[in-house]
Amino acid sequence: MTAAPAHRIKGGVQSPVRHESAIGHVTGSALYLDDVPTVPGTLEAALVLSPHAHARIASVDFARALAAPGVRAAIAAGDIPGRNDIAPILKGEPALADGVAEYVGHPVAAIAADTLDQARAAAKRVEIAYEVLPPVLTIEEALERGLLVAPEQKIERGDVGPALDAAPLRLAGEARCGGQDHFYLEGQIALAVPGEERDMQVFSSTQHPTEVQHGVAHLLGLPFNAVTVDVRRMGGAFGGKESQATIIAGIAALLAWKTRRPVKLRLARDDDMQATGKRHPFLIRYEVGFDPEGRIQALDMLYAANAGNVADLSPAVIARALCHADNCYFLPNVRLRGLACKTNTVSNTAFRGFGGPQGMFGIEAVIDAVARHLRLPLETVRQRNFYGIGRNDTTPYGMKVEDNIIERVMAELDGAVDLARWRSEIDAFNRANPVVKKGLATMPVKFGISFNLTTLNQAGALVHVYTDGSVHLNHGGTEMGQGLFVKIAQVVAEAFQIDVEHVRVSATSTGKVPNTSATAASSGTDMNGMAALDAAGRIKARMAEVAAAHFGVPAGEIVFADNRVFAGNKSLAFAELAEMCWRRRVSLSSTGYYRTPKIHWDGQAGKGRPFYYFVYGAAACEVAIDTLTGEMRTLRAELVQDCGRSINPAIDLGQTEGAFVQGLGWLTTEELWWDRAGRLGTHGPSTYKIPGSRDVPPVFNVRLLPDAPNREDTVFRSKAIGEPPLMLAIAVWLAARDAVASLGDHRLAPKLDAPMTPERILAAVDDMKARSA
Amino acid sequence: MPTVNLTVNGKAVSANVEARTLLVNLLREQLGLTGTHVGCDTSQCGACVVHVDGKSVKACTLLAVQANGSKVTTIEGLASGDKLHPMQEAFREHHGLQCGFCTPGMVMSAVCLAQNHPNLTEKDVREGLEGNLCRCTGYHNIVQAVLAGAQAMRR
Repeated sequence: MTAAPAHRIKGGVQSPVRHESAIGHVTGSALYLDDVPTVPGTLEAALVLSPHAHARIASVDFARALAAPGVRAAIAAGDIPGRNDIAPILKGEPALADGVAEYVGHPVAAIAADTLDQARAAAKRVEIAYEVLPPVLTIEEALERGLLVAPEQKIERGDVGPALDAAPLRLAGEARCGGQDHFYLEGQIALAVPGEERDMQVFSSTQHPTEVQHGVAHLLGLPFNAVTVDVRRMGGAFGGKESQATIIAGIAALLAWKTRRPVKLRLARDDDMQATGKRHPFLIRYEVGFDPEGRIQALDMLYAANAGNVADLSPAVIARALCHADNCYFLPNVRLRGLACKTNTVSNTAFRGFGGPQGMFGIEAVIDAVARHLRLPLETVRQRNFYGIGRNDTTPYGMKVEDNIIERVMAELDGAVDLARWRSEIDAFNRANPVVKKGLATMPVKFGISFNLTTLNQAGALVHVYTDGSVHLNHGGTEMGQGLFVKIAQVVAEAFQIDVEHVRVSATSTGKVPNTSATAASSGTDMNGMAALDAAGRIKARMAEVAAAHFGVPAGEIVFADNRVFAGNKSLAFAELAEMCWRRRVSLSSTGYYRTPKIHWDGQAGKGRPFYYFVYGAAACEVAIDTLTGEMRTLRAELVQDCGRSINPAIDLGQTEGAFVQGLGWLTTEELWWDRAGRLGTHGPSTYKIPGSRDVPPVFNVRLLPDAPNREDTVFRSKAIGEPPLMLAIAVWLAARDAVASLGDHRLAPKLDAPMTPERILAAVDDMKARSA
Repeated sequence: MPTVNLTVNGKAVSANVEARTLLVNLLREQLGLTGTHVGCDTSQCGACVVHVDGKSVKACTLLAVQANGSKVTTIEGLASGDKLHPMQEAFREHHGLQCGFCTPGMVMSAVCLAQNHPNLTEKDVREGLEGNLCRCTGYHNIVQAVLAGAQAMRR
């Protein structure tokens, strides 16, 4: 028998531990890449960006730039020693434009100089002769001309044509949602440091150190083992530092290779916004057949994304959009087609949700239209289409929804806010106010967890226990503010039963954990946590053997608890046992590895079980619009978020709040405005408006769903949190539609796309007034 | 090059700068005070807020020479040794940060806001922090932190 653990360790799983760098952040001592002191001789770099959306590059003349003060090197595509290709999925995506510039902001050349001012001044002196070509700038134009960056994708079930014909009622429509700039507060940055022989060390603000490693190796013509990529932390990323970071790190490495000196490349915000990719805007067309109760019988949808000039991650974004076009609804006969349209704009890329938000935006437009047509509440139509339990539970891609809790989540929300009463208050307000109109809507979310591409669902970790009992932890995930490092530290603390302060997480490095996937798809904790747990478990088993020999009991009787190791009433401090293991020549270091079980995906067929499990959530939001100016305010947001058995409820709450507000920005104030020459007009915070402190709802309550352990065997039964709550903000779009619809007695579907700028709201108001007159 | 003399975090500093050098570049590059961040380069995001003679100022909107003779406090000068300033402690305690990049500017603005409003309300905080952008938190915990920090500063 073993003694009962005396105390619970500090900072184990399920405790609301503070972010591991919290003190560093509040004191300014946490270092971002631009804060790290560089060695003397380090050069600063600047980019030369294409001023044209589409142009042949006839010549690049560096003579005047090289003659400028402090300039050490200038490079264009022709100076690349290896392969000018940094494509993450397909092939043929150059780091520096090769022969043709394909968007305004396309990096064509780069300069390294002694100072940043010198580099930026010299960049203006590079003489590039362009032959301007006609650009394609819109999804419509690309569709018309059949311009795609990747083959069409399709998910299909049943025979949608006959099912549409057989349906008692039928509607067709269109919806659009805009793109979104990541606006990470820390812009893109990299520091490349040449080492001995061919070695290249790259410090990069990236979510994907391995992809940066590969990109740099390709550009320099090196084997992967010559390139090491480190990242300690990012000042925000949100998907924007997944593939895009490779452009920056790759160019820094090319300049470092050429000069044999360290080179730092930090983009100015305006350049960052023009040169790097964003969330995909989508044009969505649908035809839906349904019965008089609002049950969808057939749905034919086209999701056309503006992919920009190259594929980048667009095929995967489209796949995820199609896999979320069902949201929480059973679609018996369905055809979902996804097109990644090629335009002469910046290459759109990963952004929190990764197509999921656009997929759900589409189906919610359909549900909204059906509900208005039948004059039924949105919630009623939704409820009639929800996936069932034991029936109607297979997604269009053939995955059985085994963990469905959407009705419970919606019930929790209703129980907390009393939707019927809230609705009657809104109606009363609207009867009494002719100019300002309020709207209310809910939004259910079901979001699939795992990378669609099965291969990516693997992770590694490296754990060392030192002889003083302190633990050094490394894993393949990157810290971008989301609290990954503290969560994994909690997992390892829990495994060893030591206080979390004894676990130190170190910078992510391709030299420590190789062949990693991006910290993306909300999967950071799920995968790296399990890998770290595996590593800790291996060391712990060896330590238990040593303790068992020491105490003369079977290893099975050894218990780790409260910073000690017990055999019955006898015990050793964890540190004492670590020291003992070393003396007895037992390894205190281990790698760990994890691959997500149960998943498979056939992208060609659009079938499989791409997701290990689903995360659920629900929101109800109230907005007010001014029907004379189009101004809108979000007045109240009430959220219920499923995060399984949360590893850190404080972190998960913060993720939920932050994701919702980011989604709110996507749908309301954040407008990417391009002119007819393909120039981005909103390339700085003066014109591109992310939510500020006054834009968030004054009443904002977030509840984590209690007592909801993941039914799958995830790390301590937690669930992923990074992306799912972003889609709860679609409630704000639906609430604004509700406010507009109130002008027509809720009979007609408003014509209101996102982002809902005052102009769009005003146009929707005028249209509604005209149609309902 | 002009010489500027100023007091930074209680210490007298003398530096030669170009006339066009911004205060933030003097702090970061010449004095090594990298807790003051550059987020947008255009005086909008607030990541570079410091105190100049007790007022919160975006350090990228002021020339270094304009700060000549002033007392400047940066995020590094806020704590007393290992003891955090009440506003720093409140941001830590209330999870008022995620990636942390906006945090130093946010804390500096919040301290000034609390000093100027003896009875700070939630509305004051939301209006007072309008010039500080955060992309991670959705501001909710930041507002709670500022209210708690302001209260602690009064004690």
